[in-house]
Amino acid sequence: MFQKNKITRRHLLGVALASGVGLTMASTSAFSADIDSIHFLIPGGAGGGWDGTARGTGEALSKSGIIKSASYENMSGGGGGKAIGYLIENAASNHGTLMVNSTPIVIRSLVGRFPHNFRDLTMIAGTIGDYGAIITGKDSPYKDFKDLVAAYKKNPREVSIGGGSVPGGMDHLVAAMAFQGAGADPTKVKYIPFDAGGKLNASILSGEVAAGSTGFSEAIALAQSGEMRILAVTSDKRVPAFDKAPTLKEQGIDVTFVNWRGFFGAPGLPDSKAKAYRAAIAKMYDTPEWEAVRSRNGWVNIHNPGDKFVTFLEAQETIIKDLMTKLGFL
Amino acid sequence: MLDGILLGLDAALSLQNLMMVIAGCLIGTIIGMLPGLGPMSIIAIMIPVAIKIGDPSAALILLAGVYYGAIFGGSTSSILINAPGIAGTVATAFDGYPLARKGKAGKALTIAAVSSFAGGTVGAVLLMGFAPALASVALLFHSAEYFALMIVGLSAISAFAGTGQVAKALMMTVLGVMLATLGESAQFNAPRFTMGIMDLQSGISFITLAMALFAFPEAMYLVLDPKRSNTGSADGEIKDLRISRKEAKQIAPVIGRQSVQGFLIGVLPGAGATLASFLGYAVERNLAKGEDRAEFGKGSVKGLSAPETANNAACTGSFVPLLTLGIPGSGTTAILLGALIALNVTPGPRLMVDNPTIFWSVIISMYIGNVVLLILNLPLIPYIAKLLMVPRNYLIPFILFFTMMGSYIGQNNSTELLLLTGMGIIATIMRFAGFPLAPMLIGFILGQMLEDNFARAMNLSDGISFMWERPMTTILLIIAVLLIFLPSMREKIAAKRGSKVADGD
Repeated sequence: MFQKNKITRRHLLGVALASGVGLTMASTSAFSADIDSIHFLIPGGAGGGWDGTARGTGEALSKSGIIKSASYENMSGGGGGKAIGYLIENAASNHGTLMVNSTPIVIRSLVGRFPHNFRDLTMIAGTIGDYGAIITGKDSPYKDFKDLVAAYKKNPREVSIGGGSVPGGMDHLVAAMAFQGAGADPTKVKYIPFDAGGKLNASILSGEVAAGSTGFSEAIALAQSGEMRILAVTSDKRVPAFDKAPTLKEQGIDVTFVNWRGFFGAPGLPDSKAKAYRAAIAKMYDTPEWEAVRSRNGWVNIHNPGDKFVTFLEAQETIIKDLMTKLGFL
Repeated sequence: MLDGILLGLDAALSLQNLMMVIAGCLIGTIIGMLPGLGPMSIIAIMIPVAIKIGDPSAALILLAGVYYGAIFGGSTSSILINAPGIAGTVATAFDGYPLARKGKAGKALTIAAVSSFAGGTVGAVLLMGFAPALASVALLFHSAEYFALMIVGLSAISAFAGTGQVAKALMMTVLGVMLATLGESAQFNAPRFTMGIMDLQSGISFITLAMALFAFPEAMYLVLDPKRSNTGSADGEIKDLRISRKEAKQIAPVIGRQSVQGFLIGVLPGAGATLASFLGYAVERNLAKGEDRAEFGKGSVKGLSAPETANNAACTGSFVPLLTLGIPGSGTTAILLGALIALNVTPGPRLMVDNPTIFWSVIISMYIGNVVLLILNLPLIPYIAKLLMVPRNYLIPFILFFTMMGSYIGQNNSTELLLLTGMGIIATIMRFAGFPLAPMLIGFILGQMLEDNFARAMNLSDGISFMWERPMTTILLIIAVLLIFLPSMREKIAAKRGSKVADGD
């Protein structure tokens, strides 16, 4: 085991990423302290998206021998606010802890749902992501996103958009951003929230809602079975996993959006420790163990380590803040 | 179809797949017995194992086995210690626990096992015969119909209260619905009634409330009212494990009706085993007459058989939208869907055409699984039932331990323990004051779906016009009104005639 560790470390510089995001941290971090184990703090219950991300990452890291062991702790409450509060209050004793989080940390701190925001934590890295997708049933009269926009401009009350998050949440914002990009009024979106993906899909198929706003990886399966049509995806270029889906950009709408997932450390985490975490995560992308976890879950590698993560989050915060202000949520 | 059945038999009877069924059922039953670990979390834990197997049929057979094994095992804690581990077995406790208190724990477990077996098997037959045809039915239900269906479910609550208790039962229902609004809902991007306490933002979890309302007061009751607990099964013997001929006659029609009704409710995405078991219980109580009816809530074999049949049939029914449309009807089937996709199988209308082996072997394995469960469970019943012979002073900490564990384990959140204790004390007081607690839990479970679907339907049709514009909604709402008034009208007419009907409690 130990032997294998050393070999993989030498291969570290070869890290290549599907998303094409450059990696500058790897060379420096190879010299920093190694990490034996990581304790993952999961702000939600077992079985959710955060849970899967943390456990999948821990599995890849420990099975590939990058770290020796990973442990997990589910701490749900306050939509993630409880875990954030815990990590901040007990920062000194949590240098061995990484907390998983995703786009909602930006949205929820903007609406003031919890008193902290991502700047209060040590940003380790964004690791994976998913794009947004606008979908309709196979029998829907809307053949492409332009049809939907045309109908929306005519009478927005007739074009209901279902989604899996609360009003003002991610799915709602993606739909509003897309309509805004197409020159329509984003405040008129008739957004219908569903609390689970299954109910949303049933509602789209039955024609109860005109279209749905959902995660791209979820939409792929339904599009492949021929039940649904993906009208638009919020990626920059077409996604290789399902390249039949057109981007918003190629339909003349300059909107992109990534729902990221990533890891945070306690505030005041020593620099060497943070670097070591980033190095471990960077190393992980090259391993077959990670590839197995990633493909099993349909995740897209979107690696934003360290400073890049900070810039990315701040940019996303600005966009979301503007839109939410416009929509009247702020 | 015959080709398909043969294909499925061939695949399901392979040594590997038989092992999968047995392993799945065993794991499911054992973990399902522990309150707090529902099928959803067990399957989530099992997914890496299933993926390692690699063969999608074998993996799905294993996971499906875990799923109905857990529903099967879930009834055990409901019957023995009044601690329903999952929402689908809440109704099982209504009559199962009183039976156990009467020293008939063995019989209660046998009835539950047989009913589950029958419900699951009939469900599998229906799944095989009607899956493709029923797929479109699942899509007929919009938010408006779900709202109406929840109203039907809630109005059936009058069935849970004896005569003269209707007001109390309705009050408790409303209280339950109110509790369901605590925290954030999917419809409104704002926390409600949290008084600024962050721990309340995600609302009260089902399992905590179930433990607080059922198991916790039970433990308290044993302490505070020792006389009552002595009248339990303290005589030691677990007598009459067998179902008598008379009882078999009583439950046969119940099983027949509930396996079909439960299956149909299970087909609807989102309704599932919980609603099926409540409605099953309510319908059977309304159909029962005279003394039979008075038995409900005091240890009626019919009242135990109905929800147990219905929840297993519904569990099988929930595979219809999953396998034919790729739409998961419940949290558990959503996790199953994720596992399937990870195994490169895309459920949907093409599954039967593209991967007939998977489709049919899973259905055939359900028959086998139900037989396995029955064989596994029947010989174990005397041993499981012995649990009740544990002296009271040992049993109380045991119940409390499982109560605490159940509410803590899912969320790993210590606030749940505070909530459990607080609500448990209130529930104990209410129980002493003669308030029925079951309607409160039902109100809580259905309340959230009621509110979500009502808000969605209102939003979609810009008002409440959906109530009369959508025929199916209207029909369901009329049924709900009938359900509320029919029992009391029946009693009034009966009283006029001077005949004696169900004097209740």
